[in-house]
Amino acid sequence: MKFIRQLSIILTISFIAELMEYLIPIPVAASMYGLILMLIGLVTKIIPLNKVQGAADFLIDILPILFVPPTVGIMASAEELKEMLVPLCVICMVSTILIMAVTGRVAQHVIRGNKAGEKVEGSTGGNTGGNTEGKAEEKTEAKKEGSQV
Amino acid sequence: MKEILTQSVFFGVVLTLICYWIGVWVKRKTKLAIATPLLVAVIIIVSILLLLDIDYEAYSNGAKYISFFLTPATVSLAIPLYRQLELLKRHPKAIFGGIGAGVLTAMVSIWLMSLAFGLSHEQYITLLPKSITTAIGMGVSEKMGGIVTITVVAISVTGIFGNIIAEAICRIFKITEPIAKGLAIGTASHALGTTKAMEMGEIEGAMSSLSIVVAGIMTVLSVSVFANFL
Repeated sequence: MKFIRQLSIILTISFIAELMEYLIPIPVAASMYGLILMLIGLVTKIIPLNKVQGAADFLIDILPILFVPPTVGIMASAEELKEMLVPLCVICMVSTILIMAVTGRVAQHVIRGNKAGEKVEGSTGGNTGGNTEGKAEEKTEAKKEGSQV
Repeated sequence: MKEILTQSVFFGVVLTLICYWIGVWVKRKTKLAIATPLLVAVIIIVSILLLLDIDYEAYSNGAKYISFFLTPATVSLAIPLYRQLELLKRHPKAIFGGIGAGVLTAMVSIWLMSLAFGLSHEQYITLLPKSITTAIGMGVSEKMGGIVTITVVAISVTGIFGNIIAEAICRIFKITEPIAKGLAIGTASHALGTTKAMEMGEIEGAMSSLSIVVAGIMTVLSVSVFANFL
């Protein structure tokens, strides 16, 4: 019964999320609303972790199996895939290298900036943004690094 | 004989489960990064369907009961994220800065290369969510008007490639902090990369799995802006 109760909570949130998808006129999928709702519920303790975690862990465990049927749908889009196969592979590979390098370098920059305090790091250009707030700064930093890679 | 296969609800379900387990077995035996259970399962199922001349609708008739759980399972991704909230509070700048920079790099690089290849709007949208977890990426592609099945293929290619090159990239770009490594791998190559991050160490693994959901959420927001560019 415990499992069914946990599943009920998750399914209820999924349903509310679908309602939100229907009612809110922006292109966001129901599962995204559900994920955020669940996170808010957990953080505010409205949903205690032990009331959902068994069923949630099970669902996450089987997640890769759930992707199989939609992927088999590739049968129906074989033509479209063939058409863009080369760009797809090139774009996937090149951008994966770039994303990994930029994310890692920026994160490392921030971590070392915090450790070193005021110390300015000359090598990668720009201040570490140690105490200056927030993302905007780090994003411009990201662009700088991006252009260097 | 063929009738029972196309009409049975269980045919699609059983075929999916059996082929997935074959995939798990192949992965364990070969230990190849490219032999992910998902990829193996899909290749076997497509071959069987083509061989027996069964169309996708007949298979989907039963298999849709498996996909039914996709939304609840994605909702459940909030649970691991909640468990890692402590980590997030301890390194907010590195996490949001690193992943934010990574997501921006993803959007800009895919946009520029799509322009260079002369891709259509639909093809561009299909590729935009290629670095995030399939659970979130499928939703993005569907809502924005991409070709969902090709998005799944792109996500798989990205994950497998990221898994293979993770160590080399960290070495070449001198990424040595465990936190930075984990963030880089998770942001660039979601769950498939994360298995590699987990092999590297506990911090790398935790950071990588945290990145899956954070990068997913950031990508959902960014795609709605970048979708207008092509």
